Amino acid sequence: MRMFYLIGGMALVTFLIRYTMFALGERVKFPDLLIRALHYVPPAVLTAITVPAVLMPGGDKLKLSYTNPYLLGAVVACGVGWFSRSLLLTIAVGMVAFLGWQWILTLELI
Amino acid sequence: MNEAMTRQPHLLSIPSELLAGFRDTIPLIVGAIPFGLIFGTLSGGSGLSPAGAMAMSAFVFAGSAQFIAIGLLATGTGWPLIVLTTLVVNLRHLLYAASLLPHVKHLSQFWRVPLAFWLTDETFVVVINRYNQPDPANYKHWYYLASAVAMYISWQFCTWLGLTFGRLMPDVATWGLDFAMSVTFIGMIIPYLKSRPMWVAVLLAGVTALLAQPLPHKLGLMVATLAGISGGLIFELVQRKEN
Repeated sequence: MRMFYLIGGMALVTFLIRYTMFALGERVKFPDLLIRALHYVPPAVLTAITVPAVLMPGGDKLKLSYTNPYLLGAVVACGVGWFSRSLLLTIAVGMVAFLGWQWILTLELI
Repeated sequence: MNEAMTRQPHLLSIPSELLAGFRDTIPLIVGAIPFGLIFGTLSGGSGLSPAGAMAMSAFVFAGSAQFIAIGLLATGTGWPLIVLTTLVVNLRHLLYAASLLPHVKHLSQFWRVPLAFWLTDETFVVVINRYNQPDPANYKHWYYLASAVAMYISWQFCTWLGLTFGRLMPDVATWGLDFAMSVTFIGMIIPYLKSRPMWVAVLLAGVTALLAQPLPHKLGLMVATLAGISGGLIFELVQRKEN
């Protein structure tokens, strides 16, 4: 029963957030300034999710070191993304760099 | 996504919009596969039954909220607090919906309800990109539908795979496959970095996210997002005044 409340509650809350704006439709008119602000939504949200995931993997401590494979993979991905402009290539090379570096670190050679 | 920007915008028929929506979403599916697999795998240790994990993917359909939920379940957190955290983590969808609203408000509720239910980070970024293309196509909501359904089906499939096979490889959670989401998002952020206000928005969102990380219920995500948006907007307005 606890799981029913949990999943039901999460589903309801998530759907209401996603649907409220769509439901209002024509009835909401955004001021020009808000429309301008909305242009910044995708990069701002994605960055706010990604930066802590990469620089603070697994919690609350900043790991600015070459022993942090998340950071190394992210730096490689930024480089590939910037120059190739291909999303698929960015994901593939970034993932290989991350997994490869993580594996090298387990060898304890460095 | 980049392919979508460079492709000649002559997609006017329903099948070609469907195909383009699906094709532009493929890289994001690739990025979400490991994420779905780990969700299926990790849910076992949290006390969520396999049916419960499937139901969560099917009815909630929100990757990061689902992860946080099983993380909290594992530490014995009660359901009301998990639902509250879900609310905070998913508040960003309010901004997505607001951005998409001008493009979907002409559609019937019959369209708007499923399109809202299937709204995710990935589909939002792909679809807003399509809507921002200047061609006057009438069927861009079919593009949205294809992207959304492709994400939904792959998420269900990967949850199931994680539940079925992930439990055979109990250490899969330590491989760091969660990095797949970070690398996908990096690839999605880069095309936006074309103007100074965008750089300001991204840098400010990143720094604030680090500083606000200790806030409870993942509130830092919302604080950082708003900081980034305000920073970019203010910079844009100052820049316009100077010109």
